[in-house]
Amino acid sequence: MNKKILKRFDSLRLEGEKARSNVIRPGSTIIQVGSATCENAAGAREIREEFRKHIASSGRADIVLHDVGCTGRCSLEPIVGILRPGERPVKYQQVSREGVHRIFTDHVLHGQPVAELILDGTQKSGSRYEILFCRGERCGNLAARGLQARLRERLEQRGVGADVVAVQGVNFADMCVGESKFQGGHFLVRPGNHLYRVASDADLERFIDEHLLADRPVQELIVQEQPIGQNFFELYGDISFFNRQSRIALRNSGIIDPTSLPEYLNAGGFHSLARVLAAGDPDGVIAELSASKLRGRGGGGFPTGSKWQMARKEPGGEKYIICNADEGDPGAFMDRSMLEGDPFSVVEGMIIGGFAIGASRGFFYVRAEYPLAIERIENALAACRKHGLLGEDILGSGFSFDLEIRLGAGAFVCGEETALIHSIEGERGQPRIRPPYPSQSGLWGKPTVINNVETFANVPVILEHGAEWFRHIGSDKSGGTKVFALAGKVNHTGLVEVPIGTTLREIIMEIGGGCPKGKRFKAVQTGGPAGGCIPATHADLAVDYDTLTAMGTIMGSGGMIVMDEDDCMVDIAKFFMKFSADESCGKCTPCREGSKRMLEILERITAGEGREDDIAKLERLGLLMKRTSLCGLGRAAANPVLSTLRHYREEYAAHITEHRCPAKRCAALVRYSILADKCVGCTACARNCPANCIAGAAKKPHAIDPERCIKCGRCFRVCRFGAVERN
Amino acid sequence: METIQLEIDGKKVEAERGTTLLQAARKAGIEIPTLCHDDRLAPFGACRLCLVEIDRGGRKRLVASCAYEVEDGLVVKTVTEKIVKIRRMIVELLLAEATTGPLEVLAEKYGLKGSRFKGDEPACFLCGLCVRYCAEVKKKDITCFIGRGIGREVAFPSDLARSACPLCRECLPLCPSGAWYSLYLKGYEGMPEEAGPRPGA
Ligand SMILES: Cc1cc2nc3c(=O)[nH]c(=O)nc-3n(C[C@H](O)[C@H](O)[C@H](O)COP(=O)(O)O)c2cc1C
Ligand code: SF4
Ligand code: SF4
Ligand code: SF4
Repeated sequence: MNKKILKRFDSLRLEGEKARSNVIRPGSTIIQVGSATCENAAGAREIREEFRKHIASSGRADIVLHDVGCTGRCSLEPIVGILRPGERPVKYQQVSREGVHRIFTDHVLHGQPVAELILDGTQKSGSRYEILFCRGERCGNLAARGLQARLRERLEQRGVGADVVAVQGVNFADMCVGESKFQGGHFLVRPGNHLYRVASDADLERFIDEHLLADRPVQELIVQEQPIGQNFFELYGDISFFNRQSRIALRNSGIIDPTSLPEYLNAGGFHSLARVLAAGDPDGVIAELSASKLRGRGGGGFPTGSKWQMARKEPGGEKYIICNADEGDPGAFMDRSMLEGDPFSVVEGMIIGGFAIGASRGFFYVRAEYPLAIERIENALAACRKHGLLGEDILGSGFSFDLEIRLGAGAFVCGEETALIHSIEGERGQPRIRPPYPSQSGLWGKPTVINNVETFANVPVILEHGAEWFRHIGSDKSGGTKVFALAGKVNHTGLVEVPIGTTLREIIMEIGGGCPKGKRFKAVQTGGPAGGCIPATHADLAVDYDTLTAMGTIMGSGGMIVMDEDDCMVDIAKFFMKFSADESCGKCTPCREGSKRMLEILERITAGEGREDDIAKLERLGLLMKRTSLCGLGRAAANPVLSTLRHYREEYAAHITEHRCPAKRCAALVRYSILADKCVGCTACARNCPANCIAGAAKKPHAIDPERCIKCGRCFRVCRFGAVERN
Repeated sequence: METIQLEIDGKKVEAERGTTLLQAARKAGIEIPTLCHDDRLAPFGACRLCLVEIDRGGRKRLVASCAYEVEDGLVVKTVTEKIVKIRRMIVELLLAEATTGPLEVLAEKYGLKGSRFKGDEPACFLCGLCVRYCAEVKKKDITCFIGRGIGREVAFPSDLARSACPLCRECLPLCPSGAWYSLYLKGYEGMPEEAGPRPGA
């Protein structure tokens, strides 16, 4: 252990602390405003400016405006957080200029939260105490679960009501390791942030008697550790959307200023790097990663430890590390969000990777469409260089490493690792045959490790808290959490980070809040255009790499598109096949020609011109693509079709043989007509019809001319008497 | 050079380490169909006709023989029912776009009646020989791929050709489809007088 390195790190951290407390003095009220691309698009810039003006005119030096990344509540941005000293954090949603004024005068200045604007309407009742009970499900510590129920029971028996305490289950995600493993349940009590470890009913009684009823915290039951989730709960507030999540890869996103190295240091950043360098044992790092069962988060799910090991044992001086931030899946934005919200974590993971495999150079391969992410990475790299965390002789360890940014060429296939390498080399971004794998012969023919953004972001915390901790969070076969981008027909769209092994139901119905307008949840597409559909009947599937593969889909980079009863599965399959056909690089026959033919068939089926043998043809072509394509794009492109054929064959058949679209989605297969006995002649449909094909006098039944109807469905939506029929 | 033993279609075959399955098979007199392979060029693996089945300790896998390096003790099958089916489908897919030269031969071999000629011009099936020869052997990078997916094409940009093409014309006889000739001529239109007579004139 090289003490000099740790000392250098300590002085860096102290420096950071000083710098930070100059900006945020103790006792300040903090106003957090999101500053990611999505937040800015929702108007966060104007909101920040408005707060700045309010602060200036109040003349108060103890009110600080704090830029943070995005937490992933897309549909409710811009989000503003208010942290008054000694009070619980409050988050506001969809804040407007007018909202700024009210939040500032009522809450910031006078301590009165603005109830109507609070995120998810989750303002807590006026309980004196609040208990966040770690649900302890992931670690297998079921005792914790029983304890929570028993605590609730006891509170009820003792007549301790909601005015005194509110209890809720959350995921702390790291309280069940090492010595404390299986020793009991953990909960956090606020105010005061006391973390309790309780093992028996007697402990619960004592806690109720002394802490809740007599306001004397029970010192013997309080532990000193700080759960990784605590920072998030303290700074962000506990919102139902987040309580069921485990923020590990996204541990800092949305709560620290992504442009500030001092804040990252203050959140524990670069401690892992310092320790790794001080220990000087690359094999140890790799062994820890292998033991953690971290698998690649970019698609393939390859064990990260093994990948690093392969590159490490390759002979030769020069090796490279690449961070794949190409993120081409439509609807995916976890990598962008992470780079915008917490770039230093990814940088730290990459430096550790460089040390582990013996590389001295690394690259960020980022989509050119992500200017803010690029700016944040540039800023992070500059700050790291300035403070000796990048460049020559990092922290005095003798290890030298630097990072550069390369911009993506904008094609989906450039995210494939060999195409990505070609693109960095300045060649056309098209895949090549593997083997050799990049870890043997990659960038400029040298051993190269390519990992996804999220994979790197996990590395520092694994080394900080240990492989065992990480492994326990996930499933048997893969450790940790996965970030998903929830989209489609779901109430709470946004980023969700949950332990691997969480069920689809929990992600979609509980965290996501189910489908809007009370519609029935029908299916979910995981893995983006390379994945497949899983029907709602399998909602209890525990999401893991292998369980998804067994269902004919993939984890991919974590896209989750939710579909409800109004979605036609053939139409969905067509949408994804169109994407793949457009994005195929065209190099190999099965992908280029196969996707074209499959798309043709899907187009004719949805147009009502399907032929009897089309289903068999789709299956044959799909299997051909899957088995024989050169790269992952072509191999996976048929998944949406093959999986919907597997679960919704009857929908295909209905289109082909009955010329009927069961979801009434495919325009060519639906007909609109007006039921004369229900029509009151209000003329609403006729006035709204863009084709002017509805005739009828006022107060007389109307009729649609089917020849001219363009099937836009407007009449169906505007008729208030249910007189327009769709079938 | 280290010599390796492997089995191809039941035959014991010797090959040098670092060579490919395709080379080893051809040396042993076993024919594997290819459209995009050329011994002078790096393996491309695009047409997918050369897929063979390898068996390593019971785990069977399809690999492109043009690129897969020989391994000691590997058991390779170049013709199985599955492989024939795959090749047939690949040829069928290509036939829908073009029916020239080697494709016609393959169509016959796999019993496909595909003589549905599309237009008068021979259609390119994107084997990439012209592009790769120009880049790898002549180090010129003039001929190139443009577009992607089904829009992928080869091109001979006349401005580049004018300034950099040494007019070796070695690419012309390479093209198995015959499409390259007309593409080349198009690029040649813009050539100055000194470029000499039109090829083929
Ligand atoms: C068509 C295609 C697109 C891909 N796009 C991405 C991408 O955008 N980001 C990514 O991390 N991996 C992507 N991958 C996976 C990469 O090839 C590679 O497996 C991954 O970056 C490895 O990192 P990991 O082990 O950390 O997952 C893609 C793969 C294919 C076949
Ligand atoms: S599978 Fe598709 S994207 Fe991949 S090399 Fe073949 S044509 Fe290109
Ligand atoms: S579906 Fe659209 S075009 Fe047809 S009748 Fe109704 S409003 Fe008019
Ligand atoms: S023009 Fe000829 S040589 Fe060039 S890619 Fe097309 S078929 Fe191959």
